[in-house]
Order: sequence, then structure tokens, then C-alpha cells
Amino acid sequence: MEFPYLSTIIFLPVVGIIIIALLPNPQPKAVRCISAGFTLTAFALSLFVFLSFDRSAGMVGQMQFEEKLSWIPPINAFYHLGVDGLSLPLVVLTTFLGFLAVLVSWKIALRPREYFIWLLLLETSILGVFCSLDLVLFFLFWEVELVPMYFLISIWGTGRKEYSAIKYVIYTLVGSAMMLTGILTVYFTTGSLSMLELAGLTSAKAFIPLAAMFFLLFFAFAVKLPVFPLHTWLPDAHTDAPTAVSVILAGVLLKMGGYGMIRLCITVFPEVAKTFALWLVILAIVNVLYGAAVTLRQTDLKRLIAYSSISHMGYVLLGIFALSQVSLVGATLQMFSHGIITGLLFAMVGLVYDKSHERNLETLGGLARQMPVIAVVFSVAGLAALGLPGTSGFAAEFITFIGSFSSTIVEGIRIYTILGVLGIVITAGYILWMLQRVFYGEPQEKFNGVPDADNVEKLCIFSFVAAIMAIGLYPAILTDVIKLGVMPVVKLIGG
Amino acid sequence: MLLNLKLLLPELSLLTFALLIILLDLGIKQKKVLVGVSIVGLLVSTGFALTMWGIQPTAIFNGMLMVDQFALFFKFLFLAAAGLVILASQDYVSKFPHFQGEYYALILISVVGMMLLSATGELISIYVALELSSISLYILAGFLKDPKSSEAGLKYLLLGAVASAVLLYGMALVFGITGKTRLIEIAQTIQAMPMSNLLDNPALLLGIIFLAAGFGFKIATVPFQMWVPDVYEGAPTPITAYLSVASKAAGFAVIVRFFYTTFAFPDWLSLNWGILFAVLSAITMTVGNVVAITQSNIKRMLGYSSIAQAGYLMVGLATIGVTSKVVSTTAAFQGQSGLLFFLVSYALTNLGAFIAIIAISNKTNSDLIDDYSGMGKRAPLLALALTLCLISLTGLPPTAGLIAKIYIFSAGVSNGLLWLVIIAVLNSCISAYYYLRVVKVMWLGTPASEERVPSSWALRVALAISCLGVLVLGIIPGKFVQLAEAAVRLFIL
Repeated sequence: MEFPYLSTIIFLPVVGIIIIALLPNPQPKAVRCISAGFTLTAFALSLFVFLSFDRSAGMVGQMQFEEKLSWIPPINAFYHLGVDGLSLPLVVLTTFLGFLAVLVSWKIALRPREYFIWLLLLETSILGVFCSLDLVLFFLFWEVELVPMYFLISIWGTGRKEYSAIKYVIYTLVGSAMMLTGILTVYFTTGSLSMLELAGLTSAKAFIPLAAMFFLLFFAFAVKLPVFPLHTWLPDAHTDAPTAVSVILAGVLLKMGGYGMIRLCITVFPEVAKTFALWLVILAIVNVLYGAAVTLRQTDLKRLIAYSSISHMGYVLLGIFALSQVSLVGATLQMFSHGIITGLLFAMVGLVYDKSHERNLETLGGLARQMPVIAVVFSVAGLAALGLPGTSGFAAEFITFIGSFSSTIVEGIRIYTILGVLGIVITAGYILWMLQRVFYGEPQEKFNGVPDADNVEKLCIFSFVAAIMAIGLYPAILTDVIKLGVMPVVKLIGG
Repeated sequence: MLLNLKLLLPELSLLTFALLIILLDLGIKQKKVLVGVSIVGLLVSTGFALTMWGIQPTAIFNGMLMVDQFALFFKFLFLAAAGLVILASQDYVSKFPHFQGEYYALILISVVGMMLLSATGELISIYVALELSSISLYILAGFLKDPKSSEAGLKYLLLGAVASAVLLYGMALVFGITGKTRLIEIAQTIQAMPMSNLLDNPALLLGIIFLAAGFGFKIATVPFQMWVPDVYEGAPTPITAYLSVASKAAGFAVIVRFFYTTFAFPDWLSLNWGILFAVLSAITMTVGNVVAITQSNIKRMLGYSSIAQAGYLMVGLATIGVTSKVVSTTAAFQGQSGLLFFLVSYALTNLGAFIAIIAISNKTNSDLIDDYSGMGKRAPLLALALTLCLISLTGLPPTAGLIAKIYIFSAGVSNGLLWLVIIAVLNSCISAYYYLRVVKVMWLGTPASEERVPSSWALRVALAISCLGVLVLGIIPGKFVQLAEAAVRLFIL
């Protein structure tokens, strides 16, 4: 048996947790370094997996780095891991953000030991979701994520943190309750829990309509993505979460929703997805426009970025349910790109807030003089978010729009795509307006002496910028891989 | 062989130890010895039971008692629960220094009652075993002798007596229709009766309903749950833990055996009681969860939570009822094995939660949830253990609770109870609110004082065993699921 790369990547953070937990009275510095060390190793390993991933055409639809062990024999549940073009970018994204989240949290002073334990556990659970090929295992990892999120928001958050934490948990739990029911119905229709065997389920043996199963699963992923009107947990959770958790939450947790939709909803029920695609595309446009419109009105910097995520996730939903190969590639790329862009935006908001102790747009202003580096990087992130060519945001949104505009599967999708593009205009509005109100204008006296980013922070934010630029200039690094994962899905749809 | 006493050794040895404890109590000043003797007694009994595992199902005493894997499975469960409760009682017995001997002896005697209950195959012995365990528990509930505890004991006794009367009435009706007391013979008589005879005669159906009500008291299903919060609050905490786990498991053991043996055929009959349990299950879990939200006393909250958990367990009972009995594949036993696995997971989890509560409440002298504020700082390990157990009760990974729910709900879905499973998973979401509230108070609240919370080594051992069990069942459940399946496959009919 070859070396279990995926298990190693998933459980490296857990090893870190055990070491941190066993150290008698560790210094906060030791805890930070151990966390950084293990997340960096996981990132390096995932890069290795990414580089050695077989991109040849023969590997379309093949899982790579598979691991399969018997786990709960009586219900056919296996410890089954593997990655394909769809999940691999998200795995890399998770380990990347996992490492950067540790850097972002460098200055955590309150109970650092517990904090890093929860942060590492969070990374493990998300990696598990992306790598699982068994539905029970998938569900298990999906649920594990709730516990660290609850503690991270409610202990280290700000504002109405306890309310936001429990709101987040209850929303997700209702979603996962639906998902569990969906998984059970799928299991008893097919007798299999393996995601590989479920593709293209037909209604022959189903004891409830396939559409019902589809929506049971879709509901869970829609809460997570989030899809209007199930999004109301997101602004609260984001606003009150500590910076690193916002980075992870926006960066990868939301992507669990998009990933689930492609991996389960569309792959298992291609016919149902086709039937309802039009309605879901309309929902996506509502998401884009509603999210963008609400964002315009925000005065809290963090809440503003949070609402912009809702709008950007609308593009993902549009790309997914336009159901063409290009649009699905675009949606997956958008998930990755939004992960690093919004991750960076939240990190920047955290920096601005840490240094100026101010998050309200009306009292901020003129900070470009006091913190030039932060101002420049924040602007880069903002421009990437509004899709400036040369950044990953442009590549992803452009591919998504081309894909959905040219999709032949959904009636009248061109109109909806054009409506969706309008979202970009609003995005440009709120991003530029925000940058202007935070950094430009007359420098204010009260911010004199506010420091710029230090070295750890620079390392962190420049890594983000490098990733954004790299993908913006040469998106094929990712799209080549994503295509391999998307092609079998498209074949099922018949596009 | 009709009088094979060897097969009764687990019960007989335990009874001997119980009597031995009462005798020793007269002469011994150092009461800690009694703990050792009770633990040895439980271990000896477990040893005898272990030698029988894998045995060909055997009926002894003219079919009064069945020795099969199903009964043995429950015997292990009762013995383990009693052992953990006795270990955890170490921090509690100082409240009644003079009656420690009786305390341990009564626990052992009630275990004997439950062990017999899980093995009985005949109406009269069911009643005798039920009373043997119940009467010991009535006394134990009132053991503190303060007003609340006495109220708990008296309430439990009075309501228990009514439930026993109802049960007896049900048995009388069934006996009146069939003229038999052995469950297998009753089943044969019912199957031999013409359909019209059964339908025209409401006495049998009434009998079934009375039986369900009588047993329903034991497992605390709605509408027979009224005694739970008061008794759980008033009884000594170790006894509350014991009641919520062992007594409930015994109730489920006897229901599964009784209904599955006696009323499995004809199919329409079993479908009817299956639906009866399904409806009761939906109501029970909803009532338990909704009322638990408003509780401020942790023992009362866990009381309502145990009602809700009984609701989830009844999904298993309903599944047994609605499963078609004609095909006897693995799928036909999913209800039973799901129920057994859930019981084990629930037992470990609830015992763990109560053991942590014993230690904490002993220090704070209060059962109010608000007084758990800041326990994460005062007693990090106890708080962590309690958190783990509450997470398991909610049904979140990586704990036994999640696997147990997946397993029992999957049995429900595969047998056409999708509606019930949807109600059950939504109920799990409601329950997250009140379980996590305790977690929140412990880790986010400010401690009332900086004093540490002491605990004895015995309690720590018991807590460690429960938490370890919760984790092992949550991460590598394969072996235990197989064990539960083995237990129901070799079921005497």
C-alpha cells in the first residue's frame, strides 16, 4: 500500500492538537509555532499531492490517492478517501488558509492553547469533508466542524458573539438534519454509501421522489453556501467571529456548500438538477443582486465584506446550475478565488481593526498615510474582488459568465447572466466606496502613530496577494485540474 | 434440562454478594470495603455471563427464563452501568453515612431484577422481576431522606404501583384471551386464532395497550413521563444516573422481547403496535426536547432529555413493529440491533454526564445550570468530560451519539418510517440548544469562585471509562455494531 497522503494531510493538525494538549504549561509562542509548523507541513504535503496529481486525459473521473478501509461493516460504511479535480483545489485552499489563519492569529492572547486546538480541529474537519468519498464519513466530518466553530466564535469573538455562535450552530444543524435524511434515503435506494457508485441515480427503486432527495441535500448545502433566504446566519457569524475564523469561514467553509452541490446534488441527481436548473439560476441571480445591494448599505467594515460574500456565492450558484462544462469550471475556480480574495479582505479588516480599533466606515478615513502597506494590499484585494483583469477574481468570474451565457441546458439563461453581470457593477461601487472611505481623504489626527503591518503580517498578506496574482495571470494551473473533475459531471448531465 | 441452575449463575452470584454486603455492613467500620465487595460481585457475575456468550439459546424453568445472547447483552449493560454508578457514588455516600451497606446491596438486588427481566419469557416472571428491580429503586430514590428525596421516592412508588396495576391488568386480559402465560405459547395461540375472532374481540387490543402503558412507565414515554423530572431531581444523583440508564434499558429489553415474541404475527397486528410506538415516539421526543429548553436545574433538564432520548429509542421499537417478518434477513433485525447499539451509547453518555455532575454538584451544592458558570476554569477535565457527553447526547461527532442516531434512524428509513425520522432529526436540532447552553455556561461564564473541584479516584475512573467508551463507539463503532447484531440474531422465539 502506498503512503496515505490524504490521511496524513487530514490528521496532521490532530497530531498538533495532541502535542499542544500534552505540553505542560506551554508558552503561547510554543503553541503558535507548533500550530504553524503542522499547518505548514500539511500545506506542503497538499502542494506535493497537487503537483503529483496525474493530469493526463485518461484520468478523467478517476479518484487519485485513494484510501479505503473497512469502518462500519454492517452499514457498508468505509473509511474511503480520495481526491479528483473538483476536490483537490479545495484541499490545497484549505491547507493554505489553515496555515495563514495561524499567522493571522499570531497575536491572540486570550487562552491561546485552547484557541489553536480548536483552529486545528477546524482544519481537520474541513479537509475531511473535501476528501471523503463515503457519505457517512462525509457527514461525520461535516458535523465535526460545528464544535470548534461554536467555541471559536463564542469565546474569542466580539459583539453579540454567543448569539451569533448558537445561531450558526442551529442553522447548520437544521441543514445537516436534512442532509442526514437525504443520505439515508439515498442509502436505502441504492444500498451504497460510496459517492463513486451513486452517480446518476435513476428513479427505479427510489421510495420517495428523487426531487425530494435532491432538495433534502440541497437544503443543507444552501444553508452553508449560503443561498438567499437562508443566509441570515452569515453576517452575524462573520461580524462577531475572530479574524482568523472569518478567514476560514469565508475562505473554505462556504465552499463546502458549493462542493456538496456539485459532488452530490448534481452528480447523483443529474435529471433533477436539469429540471430545476432554471429556478436555481434565478435564485442565484437574486443572491447576487440582493447580496450586492445590501452590501452597499453597510457601515461596518466586517459586515460589508460578509454581505459581499453572499453576492459572490451567487456567482458560484449560477455557475453550478448553468450546468455547462465551462460554467462548472468557472464556479469551482470562483470558489477557490473567492476563498483567497475574501480571506485576504477579512485578514485586512482584522489588521485595520487591530491597529485603529475602529471598524465603522463613518469614523474611519485617511488611513493610507498611516498604514501604506495595508492600504495597498487592501486595495489589491478589493480590486480582485470586483474582478480586475490580472487577478484571480477576473479569471473566475469571466469563465463563469462565459460558461453560463453559452449554456445550452437552461432556457433563457442569457438574460439571467446579463442580470448577474450587473452585480459586478454594484460590487465595483461598494468596494471603491469602501476603499475611499477607509483609506483616502484627509488623514485624521486620531490615527496618528497607528503602526503599519509588521513582518509576520506582511508574510501572511503577501502570500495571499501572490496567490491571487498567480491564478489571475495563469488560471490554467487550476483549470487543468478542475476540468478533470468536472468532465464526468458534465457527461452525466449530457452537455 | 429444566432446572439448569448453572445458567442462572450470574444472577445467583450477584444475589449472594448483595446479601454478603448486608452482613458485612453489620460488622465492618471501614465502609470502603463494601465498595470493593460490590465491584467484585459485579465482576464475578460478569465473568459467569461471559462464559455463556455464544451459547445456544436455552429456556430454563419451564420456559420462564431464556438464556440467549439478547439477554446476555443486556446483562452486561446492567452490570457495567451498576459498576460505574457504584464507583461514582464514592463522592456521594457521605450524605448517608449509616446506610451505605443497604445502598450497595439494593443496587445489586435491582441489577438482579433487571437481569431477570431481560431474560424472562413468561408473564408472571416478568412481573416478579419487574417488581424486584422497581422496589429496590423506590427505596433508593428516597434514600436521602430530605423532603425532596422523600417526595421523589413516594411519587415513584405510587405512580409505579399504578403502572404495575395497569400492566397486570393488561397481562390478565392477554391471559384471558389465550389461556397461556408463556410468551411463545401466547404467540402460537394468537396465530392459531381466526382473524375475525381477533378483530371482533377488543380485549386483546386493550390488553396490548395496557401492556404498552405499563412498560411505557418504565421507559418514561409520554404520557407516562410525569414522574421523571421530580424523581430525577429528588433522588440521589448516582441513583438518578442509574434510573435514567439501567432502568430504562431494562424497560426496552422487556418490551422488545415481549412484543417481538408475542405479537409479531399476524403482520397487521405488529404493524398496529409499530405505528402505536411510532406515534408515541414522535410525541415523546418532541415533548421531552421542548420542555427541556426551559429547565434551569441540570438534573431536571437531563430528566427531560432522557425522555427525548427514549423517543429516539422508540424509533427502534416502531421499526421492529413495522418491519415485515416474512423475510428474515439482516434488514429484518435492524430495528433491534439499532436499539441495542443506541442503548449502549446512551448508557455510556448519560452515565458520563451524571458522573461529572455528581462531582461538580458535590462541590457547589447546587444543581442549577447557572452555578456551572466558569467550570471550564475551575475543573477543566470534568467540564471537558461533561462537554463530550453533552455533545454526544446532541448527536455530534466524534462521539457515540452520532453513530447511534445514524444507525437507528437508518433502520427507520429503510422500513418506511421516513416521516418519523424527519421529526427525529429536527428534534436533534432543538436539543442542541439546551445541551449547548450548559456547554456555553461552563466555558464562557465567569466562575463564582476560584476554588478547584475535588473528586475521588473512583469517580475519575468511572468518568474516564464512560468518556473513553463514548469516543471509541464514535470513532470505531464497527465491532460494537456487529456485537449488537449478534445479540439480536440469536434471539429465542
